[in-house]
Amino acid sequence: MATVSQGSLAVAMFEEPAALKPWHVKLRETARKQPVGVAGAIIVMLMVLMAVFADVVTPYDPLLNSYEYMLAPPDGNFIFGTDMLGRDVYSRIVYGARTALFVGFASAAVGGFLGLILGVSSAYFGGLFDLIFQRVMDVFMAFPLVIMALAVVSILGTGTENVILAIIVPFVPRCARVVRSSALQIREIPYIDAAKACGFGHARIILRHMAPNVMAPFLIMVTAFVGQAILTEASLSYLGLGVQEPTPAWGLMLQGGAEEFAESAPWVAVFPGLAITLAVFGFNLFGDALRDVLDPRLRSSQ
Amino acid sequence: MSAMKTSFTRLALAAGLGAAVAAGGVVAASAEEPKRGGVLRIVVGSKIPSYDGHRESTFGMIHPIRPFYSLLIRVNPDDPQSSDFICDLCEGDVPAPTNDGKTYTFKLRQGVEFHDGTPLTAHDVVATYNKIIFPPEGILSNRVSRFSMVDAISAPDDHTVQFDLKYASPGFLPMVATPFNFVYAKKDIEREDPEGKDPQYGMKWHQNNINGTGAFSFVEHQPGSHVLGKRYEKYHHEGKPYLDGYKAISAPKMSVRIQAIRGGRADIEFRGFPPKSRDDLVKALGDGINVQESAWNCTFGYAGNQTKPLFQDKRVRQAMTLALDRWGASNYLSKIAIVKTVGGLALPGHPVATPEDVLKTYYGYWPDIKKSREKARELLKAAGAEGAHFKIWNRAVDQPYKVVGTWMLDQWKQVGLDVEQVVVPTGPWYAGLRDPNAFDVAIWPSCQSIVNPIVDAGAWLSKDRAADNRGYYTDKVLDEWYDEMNREGDPDKQKEIYRKFEKRVLHDEAHFGQVLWWHKINPHRSFVKGWKIAPSHYLNQSLDQVWLDLPDEERKQRTMDELGG
Repeated sequence: MATVSQGSLAVAMFEEPAALKPWHVKLRETARKQPVGVAGAIIVMLMVLMAVFADVVTPYDPLLNSYEYMLAPPDGNFIFGTDMLGRDVYSRIVYGARTALFVGFASAAVGGFLGLILGVSSAYFGGLFDLIFQRVMDVFMAFPLVIMALAVVSILGTGTENVILAIIVPFVPRCARVVRSSALQIREIPYIDAAKACGFGHARIILRHMAPNVMAPFLIMVTAFVGQAILTEASLSYLGLGVQEPTPAWGLMLQGGAEEFAESAPWVAVFPGLAITLAVFGFNLFGDALRDVLDPRLRSSQ
Repeated sequence: MSAMKTSFTRLALAAGLGAAVAAGGVVAASAEEPKRGGVLRIVVGSKIPSYDGHRESTFGMIHPIRPFYSLLIRVNPDDPQSSDFICDLCEGDVPAPTNDGKTYTFKLRQGVEFHDGTPLTAHDVVATYNKIIFPPEGILSNRVSRFSMVDAISAPDDHTVQFDLKYASPGFLPMVATPFNFVYAKKDIEREDPEGKDPQYGMKWHQNNINGTGAFSFVEHQPGSHVLGKRYEKYHHEGKPYLDGYKAISAPKMSVRIQAIRGGRADIEFRGFPPKSRDDLVKALGDGINVQESAWNCTFGYAGNQTKPLFQDKRVRQAMTLALDRWGASNYLSKIAIVKTVGGLALPGHPVATPEDVLKTYYGYWPDIKKSREKARELLKAAGAEGAHFKIWNRAVDQPYKVVGTWMLDQWKQVGLDVEQVVVPTGPWYAGLRDPNAFDVAIWPSCQSIVNPIVDAGAWLSKDRAADNRGYYTDKVLDEWYDEMNREGDPDKQKEIYRKFEKRVLHDEAHFGQVLWWHKINPHRSFVKGWKIAPSHYLNQSLDQVWLDLPDEERKQRTMDELGG
């Protein structure tokens, strides 16, 4: 940009200062444009902070049974009350964020990444490979997410690692399908032909030239996946097929005692329920905002 | 009504074993005239694996199916706490043994008919008990090992059944009165496969078909929904049953069962609710609910899998039992779970049960839990098992499995053990228990019907003799003592052997860790009359003495709703 001349380039230069705004100004502007998204981001940030600093922000060990305080109502000592074994509900919710985020991010990241590679590869190779691969994806997608996860966990057994695997399996075809549709357009752009003409290998073209160009839909999908994964993990744990006692996990906290004592000790069910709702809500809001920012069609219509 | 009792059951009566407690309304025996009619609605928390009582051992089958069948003898429904046996299909009093205690001869009632019209004869009873005690290969009979004293069963005539024993055994009559011993028709047991494929077709016929002589005849079974039965007009106990029918509604979740009773969709649940649910129901329904409570003939324990090196060291097993604060748990866990009483292998209160002062000298029963845990750490250190890691194989049922399992985990953590819990649904859980490679420590509950600790001690025999030995151990000393105990005619000597047997299981070898005995709480609608709580959820389920203290119109309406008139 050494020369500033006329026409469109001059206009572009005129708009350039936006990039030079300090971060807090940009943040304020984004907050003004996407207030709901920022609210979602704040919830997500709070969750992450809670999970990271769980040791600091909790007054009790989440696994500590205090039999003299079984089903104690919320008060100064236990702000969310205690459960049937006298464990502090607040501490378990904070540590539960760790479980939720670990499962959520791990399954969304791995499922999303595998979906990205497979989706882009399918679009890139096309032909018979694409045809067969998409029919396989159709089979996987025919099953609702929770049903597929249930089937996988029934085969593999319970536990955190298996729950993550169970959530990854239904995520892969969903991500691959969305990514493939974007990658099909990328494939037709001449620079892909140019890359082929340069003799680059398939892996290089897929990973370095195509995958980065489908990042917008990919990131939106992954963000939405985190929320879905948290919800699926909670559902599996609630059904007794997810993580196991005494691990603090929100779905698990809603099970058993929470049902049994829902009337006489509603705090045992209410707070984990709120935590799940807020977390999923936060990730969905954040994902929607991210879509609005990253999707060029939506951006131009604003 | 006189009845045959063993020395121990007489003593049990004297000791007031499992005295039922009534709360809420009054459940005492009353002189009220039973009202006829209406349909009783029961909620059942487990599925029906099959209809065959000889094969099954779950309340999920007994509660909906038992009313279709009769037994040769049964626990007195008017006094089910007593182990006072009375005749059901036999006539008169329960017979006293002859031939030095080795022969029992039962005279059958005449004129009894199966629901399909077949007259009952002694040959039906013989065929039934042959199926139970001497099943052909490939046919599962759940209580074979407990009938080891029986030599032969015969029918001297059409109305007489004779049991010849190998040795006199006080455990015999309680085994005959077991509520799973449904009497089947010989012609059903001997049915031939219409397709000619399965030579054991008749032996399996009752798994999917019902034909008994019970108080109710089968109407329908909608899997996952309900079982419906209607009054059998030719029932052999005159004037009974009082009900027109019953509906056993399937409701696997406890919260649903509680709400069904609270909301008036069901009248009773026969297994048991936790104390908190009892309190909620009483608070919500006041006089509309009666509560019956009883000691429960169910142990809740665990066993380390001795095919694994860690649990082959008895110091580790002893440390595990020492870590558990049973006396404390009896106080606080009983508020949230269906467990309560600290005890050894025999139901506390039974004459052979070890007194508390003796029990307190066994590992795991010391009143000072700090001292107990110090000893546990010491043993673990000596065994080189400090911080040892293992997993508990637990069943995905809240009460009492998951609640007590999670508590155990916390207790073991306090002596430095690193314990995880694997909770699996009922089917895979049972399958895992049968596979010694599947688990480290198994939750090992043992629920029996008739209170018969001498025979029930068979559960802790070596693995080659006890099919449900979850510790996979071999202990020939225990096997010898068991045989000796069961052949011993003198109750005092029998008790002496039982005590050393128990001490070896719980303390010396710590093969089995008894945690707490269950406590049975049955809240039910106060208009349900005639049913009395037993020390087992398998007992007293014929429903022939149950009636509904409801206005005539309401009883008729129930019959119309459920049976169509």
